[in-house]
Amino acid sequence: MLLMPCPWCGPRDEPEFQFGGEPATRPIPAAEVSDQRWADYLYLRTNEKGFHRELWCHAGGCGQWFLVERDTVTHVIHRTLKPGEPA
Amino acid sequence: MRYSALNLFRQGLAGQTGWPQAWRSPEPRPSYDAVIVGGGGHGLAAAYYLAKVHGMRRVAILEKGWLGGGNTGRNTTIVRSNYFFPESSAIYDFALRLYEGLSQDLDYNIMLSQRGILMMAHTEHDMELMARSVNAMLINGIDVELLDAAQVRAEVPLLNFGANARYEIHGGFTQRRGGIARHDAVAWGYARGASGLGVDIIQGCEVTGFDIAGGRVTGVQTTRGAIGAGVVGLAAAGHSGVLAGLAGFKLPIQSYALQAMVSEPVKPVLDTVVMSSATGMYVSQSDKGELVFGAGLDLYPSYAQRGNLPVEQAVIAGMLEMFPAFRRLKLLRAWAGLVDVCWDYSPIIGPAPLEGMFLNCGWGTGGFKAIPAGGWMLAHLMATGQHHPISAPFDLSRFTTGRLIDEAAGAGIAH
Repeated sequence: MLLMPCPWCGPRDEPEFQFGGEPATRPIPAAEVSDQRWADYLYLRTNEKGFHRELWCHAGGCGQWFLVERDTVTHVIHRTLKPGEPA
Repeated sequence: MRYSALNLFRQGLAGQTGWPQAWRSPEPRPSYDAVIVGGGGHGLAAAYYLAKVHGMRRVAILEKGWLGGGNTGRNTTIVRSNYFFPESSAIYDFALRLYEGLSQDLDYNIMLSQRGILMMAHTEHDMELMARSVNAMLINGIDVELLDAAQVRAEVPLLNFGANARYEIHGGFTQRRGGIARHDAVAWGYARGASGLGVDIIQGCEVTGFDIAGGRVTGVQTTRGAIGAGVVGLAAAGHSGVLAGLAGFKLPIQSYALQAMVSEPVKPVLDTVVMSSATGMYVSQSDKGELVFGAGLDLYPSYAQRGNLPVEQAVIAGMLEMFPAFRRLKLLRAWAGLVDVCWDYSPIIGPAPLEGMFLNCGWGTGGFKAIPAGGWMLAHLMATGQHHPISAPFDLSRFTTGRLIDEAAGAGIAH
């Protein structure tokens, strides 16, 4: 069971949260983005073993999105950050 | 040595002292024509078919742990081919047909038990969607049958047909050629067959990098030294992304933990495989008597080979809802495998972005049932450099062209 420290609500149980993927920036302007670049944005992931930066949503709580630095092998959560908070 | 009645008799007379090891464990040679990374079912099958079908002899399998110690030894051993799209039916049914002849082909009993699989429908809407799926499968040439509630009850009377059942049973469908096979035996049988044809199986050998010259892979760096390679095949399931990273490209894959567990062994109570998307579980009874059941994904990336409690709790609750009689059983073991999930829940088979390298990955939650086909296709690619007609739709390029094969429902579990 993960104990996820929501930056707004504090530590809460895993079932309250939803994993939201690796952060990615949508390429623009759309008309000039090649199929390859669009596919990379939609589908390619680093899928790191170990240290991993990812977005989560406190879906069953405050509903806010936040950034998580987590280890995908040990499941240790290093820290959580509010959006825009300096890394 | 062949496993035959005559040899069994001879060995009986000799006190069972003359059986050779099932496969050799040689030191790695400096180079091979073909190197396969990953000694699970898919890698072993690919090596076997490279040697048997394509006549290649200088072939090596590199496995960082032990044979079949990853997902091949961690799945719930279900085989079936009831998929929605023609491309999927073609590859999964090719696998099932190879499974049907595999014990004879390998001279190794993989204990294939075609006891049928039964997918449940819990609402009228489930039934309507199921009828659509069944029709699609029938058009694809897959032998499935739609069942009403009374037929399901006749097949599996132990299911919860009580008045207070939370997941009422409206019907289901069955594929009678589906069933289970002994997962370890599939790995060991392919290993023995491949080794007998001259393939070097090298365990405890982790790939740490790739040698690349002129945009082409020329060899692998391993914990047991450098090994030259004419072509390289990747069959590393949940670790495919790690290998891709070493080779300098990314894959449209995320690795998740998929849990499975077994109960204590009991006398025969369940003679088919029961699956339910609504309760997120699938269960069968092993030959030893244990109930083998599994779950949906732990829905965040993991390389931990262990699952977390919420999903375990959900799958057990789902099973007890469907089979109240199992309430008193003790849980014997629980574990997880690392599955490589693609966005459309279909595999990636084909050339990698690096010349001389070929991919067999992205099988996600359903790799075991596909082992013979995955191996066959990877072998075909490595030997000829060309797609087999069955593997062509599963090329990596589909993520750019947009021609995805969305088998979210065919995968049969919650994602």
